[in-house]
Amino acid sequence: MSAAPLEARGLSHRFGALQVLDRVDLALAPGRLLVVLGPNGAGKTTLLRVLSGVLASDAGSVSLRGAPLAGQSRRAIARALAVVPQELPVPFPFRVRELVAMGRAPWLGMLGHEGPDDRALVGAALDELGLAPFAERTYDTLSGGEKQRVLLARARAQAADLLLLDEPTAHMDLGHRVHTFEWLRAWLAQRGEARAALLVTHDLQLGARFADQVLLMDGGRVVAHGEPAEVLTRERVAEVYAVEADVSRDAHGRVVIVAERSRFEQRFGYSPGRDEPRS
Amino acid sequence: MSRRVPLPVVLAVLGALLALAAGVSLAFGSAEQPSAEIILQIRLPRVLLGALVGAGLGTAGALLQALLQNPLADPFVLGISGGAALGGVAALGLGGALGAASLSVPLCAFLGALAATGLLYAIAGGSGRAPAHTLLLTGVIFNAFASSLIVFVTSAVDLSRVAGLFLWLIGSIRLVDSWMIGGVALLLATGLAVGLRDAYALNLLSQGDESASHLGVDVPRVRRRVLIATALVIGAAVAVSGLVGFVGLIVPHLVRLTVGPDHRTLVPASALLGASFVMLADTLARTLLAPNELPVGAFTSLIGGPLFLWLLRRELRGLLA
Repeated sequence: MSAAPLEARGLSHRFGALQVLDRVDLALAPGRLLVVLGPNGAGKTTLLRVLSGVLASDAGSVSLRGAPLAGQSRRAIARALAVVPQELPVPFPFRVRELVAMGRAPWLGMLGHEGPDDRALVGAALDELGLAPFAERTYDTLSGGEKQRVLLARARAQAADLLLLDEPTAHMDLGHRVHTFEWLRAWLAQRGEARAALLVTHDLQLGARFADQVLLMDGGRVVAHGEPAEVLTRERVAEVYAVEADVSRDAHGRVVIVAERSRFEQRFGYSPGRDEPRS
Repeated sequence: MSRRVPLPVVLAVLGALLALAAGVSLAFGSAEQPSAEIILQIRLPRVLLGALVGAGLGTAGALLQALLQNPLADPFVLGISGGAALGGVAALGLGGALGAASLSVPLCAFLGALAATGLLYAIAGGSGRAPAHTLLLTGVIFNAFASSLIVFVTSAVDLSRVAGLFLWLIGSIRLVDSWMIGGVALLLATGLAVGLRDAYALNLLSQGDESASHLGVDVPRVRRRVLIATALVIGAAVAVSGLVGFVGLIVPHLVRLTVGPDHRTLVPASALLGASFVMLADTLARTLLAPNELPVGAFTSLIGGPLFLWLLRRELRGLLA
């Protein structure tokens, strides 16, 4: 059996006294989408930083198609793996097209000269994410959801076969969220087994709907890993999110999650404000 | 919005502007009917030096803003010029003993600029984007500290130099020998070459270290290289002109407003526009009250100070919005 596109073994990391990752193992499967779920502070973003090699974990190892990530040049990694961050600070007035074109960086010469092929790929990425009308606008004039589409297009232009996405739909409306998941599935299907993706999200419903596998994290640990319907049970949602939810299956066997009420008062000792008694 | 102006057009226009500025600067001076001798031996070196200083400060501003991911960064405001000035003064103080001032002054100014940049990095949190106020406060404090050390060193050496020192602290183009002009040109060319080589990487770096890493940039190496280049250029400029303020802020801003933020255009355009700007400012400085001369730094700060405050207000509003 050939090596997994991306595999992590025994990742542990501390920020001071805080254990942000605790013996995390995971492997992406060829052609598949792994969705990582978990509450705020579960270690999802840190996991992504370690997987992309910008943060060296205290313990454990990451391998990219069988080869240790640690020994590879940033350029070699960037050709194999693209990252869509939660957000991007853009202090200078770059335009959408210019930012998306930066996705070509790992394939360009030192001076960054873009050829006709690069420009064609950038144009295609802009079209795929519906950004053509925004191409000549500066990034700071876009809404949160539009900015996220720029970051997706940039990763698309990077033409890597592995994609790590950190809450790529957080600021999007329902339509764009669904479209982004569809876009991702189409992107995976284009090259059969060659591609793979990992996506972090807080959207349980869409995550479960589009994922092949779900990895549920809490307190830096992997709580469960498997098919969406196996992982997302009523008990686990209550345990990890402190939320009472009605978890069921629809006619197609897909997970339906309806949040009923939080259990924060019991778990953390605080609760939604109550109405002041009116006199 | 329209397409960006292509690089060759930008360079041609700014090159023409530079030639025009040089012509004007050579034509005007305290002598009404200047002889060829005056033009070639007095005005030409000064015009050349003004161009080099301006090119250096414009380049340094563009590089520094990318490194710190902050359009408000300026070598003068952040105290890096102050560090260079301290190095230069130390070299001048010891220079009598060491001899070769034309070499040791730019070299020590470079080391001073490097030390000041290192300090800025250490306080502002290693690398990446530090909040503007952290950078600015560090710069203000370091400038005050460097100025007091400069006064101290100079007074200890020779009290009669205090008047000249004042001109230097406010920034003025000093006439130096042709060796020094050559040395400054060499340092500037080196720094500019590095800046042009890494211009594309700076585009990526301006969105943060992690984003640049994800796009294949070897961030620590590029940072180190560009930082040394910036210090070289500032050291060279300060060695011959002292603390000419705000050029590194005004020039890249004008360029960004007209041709955009791409460093492949921004870096060479800032060098060219900076050269024209300081050249013309120095011509004004030496002709306006002729035969008396004003320090060129008085002019650049007159324009740069209000611009800086305006930009700062805009940045702070952006943060609050």
